[in-house]
Amino acid sequence: MVDIPEHLLIKTAEARAKALGISVEQALAEMKGEVEPTTISKEPEVIDVKPIEVKEAPAPAAEVKEAPAPAAEVKEAPAPAPAAGVKTDVPAEVDFAPETRVTQRLLTVVKAKPIQKPTSEPVDKVNTWPHLMLPEFISLMAMTAFLIFISAILQAPLLEEANPNITPNPAKAPWYFLGLQELLSYWDPQIAGVMIPLIIGVAAFMAIPYIDRNKDNKPSKRKYAIMLWTFFLAGAGTLSLIGILFRGPGWNWTYPWIDGVWFDDLLDWVHFE
Amino acid sequence: MKNEKIKFRDRVKDISAGLGDSLKESSLWGSIFRPGSPFRKGYSDSPRNRSYVVMNNVLYHLHPVKVKRHAVRLSYTLCLGGLSFFTFIVLTITGIWLMFYFRPTEMAYVDIQSLQTSIAFGSLVRNMHRWAAHIMVIVVFLHMSRVFYHGAYKAPREFNWVIGVILLLLTLLLSFTGYLLPWDQLAIWAVTVGGNMASYTPVIGAQVKFALFAGLEATEATLLRFYVLHVLFLPFIIVIFMAIHFWRVRKDGGISGPL
Repeated sequence: MVDIPEHLLIKTAEARAKALGISVEQALAEMKGEVEPTTISKEPEVIDVKPIEVKEAPAPAAEVKEAPAPAAEVKEAPAPAPAAGVKTDVPAEVDFAPETRVTQRLLTVVKAKPIQKPTSEPVDKVNTWPHLMLPEFISLMAMTAFLIFISAILQAPLLEEANPNITPNPAKAPWYFLGLQELLSYWDPQIAGVMIPLIIGVAAFMAIPYIDRNKDNKPSKRKYAIMLWTFFLAGAGTLSLIGILFRGPGWNWTYPWIDGVWFDDLLDWVHFE
Repeated sequence: MKNEKIKFRDRVKDISAGLGDSLKESSLWGSIFRPGSPFRKGYSDSPRNRSYVVMNNVLYHLHPVKVKRHAVRLSYTLCLGGLSFFTFIVLTITGIWLMFYFRPTEMAYVDIQSLQTSIAFGSLVRNMHRWAAHIMVIVVFLHMSRVFYHGAYKAPREFNWVIGVILLLLTLLLSFTGYLLPWDQLAIWAVTVGGNMASYTPVIGAQVKFALFAGLEATEATLLRFYVLHVLFLPFIIVIFMAIHFWRVRKDGGISGPL
């Protein structure tokens, strides 16, 4: 304990001097046990030390100055006595925090607020395993079961071998393009163009998040967007249904319950084998 | 008699449990299942192990360890994104299986016929592949609608919506290229109609159709072209975009909401 660097000692002394309102030299001397320590006039805030001990503090400290032995008595520890006897030239101070002396003091007041500012509210979270993975697993199993079931009862269509010389009437695109095919039947495709509207349409799809700057995602706050999408769904669904079910030879209007279904993907459905 | 039966069943149970224990204690078993796996000996349900289940598994760690509470409600996502991915996996597995029996030449139609008549489970696997393809188009589109109705494309998820639109286009292209492969009248004429739509592209219409069909009309060259696009090129591209899509879901803070 004796080998405390000089600059640290001085720093401590300066702090002590500031706290007690005494000169640095005096504080240093007090710490080395050369002078009687200044008693603290104010009650320290938080310290759980009995006031009697505070009052007693100066007395043993004063004795330390004369002979180290009584200090040992105070601590009820016999060990320091021989050590002090050996090194008599070393001042037997250095006991910076004797149990009876109050050294704590208020340096600064830190306001009770976090250093990091939370930018978002804490989110209520649950473990992925099992709370997410179990429903996922069940839906995968359900999908597999459904797929095997419909594959067992519905035969995928296979017509005659491809023949470029025999054009079926009507010739229909895959079902997801039938809405587009229906739309094209209204205008001369050369005039309307196809890919340009399609490219513009796809680009508009991609641009949706950059067009819709409304930050709210509550349905009641974005009625216009929901209305537009619902119109799009209804329009695409209607056109596709017309193309799938209500168009026959020559792309003329037919009723599926009168003229039959002109859609080969559906033709062989419910085909029990 | 009945009592003896129960005893026998108990003995079988004991023996199998003992076998299971000694198997789980073996170093081979321990080397296969990483710490935290529910299949490992001494697995207990603790928050730490629940994290390990996800973290220590190459497939599961697509997920974060924890997700928002509302995200696990089936009524929120209807599992549509997961099912899109799952139908893609089903299509990959059945598709690879079908590749063993299919030649993209003038033999294509014969191969499909023999697949349906003389190969074990051939008909079932072909049906699964076809219906799963239709289901995938529907599910991907429903997923897109779900995302729109939840406003889930809003910041910071704008770009993931763009990737999602690309994935929808790739899904349609995959389905369209696969449509030709049975090489029957339905296939060739549906693709011809689709290709004719592409030929209405202003200015470069003829060139677009020529590039798509490898000629002026749907021939066996078109079949080979669509086959390569269908089994290699487009799956390759779509997997890259799916990886970015899933990664962005994580990086953008999990799924959106709650509303």
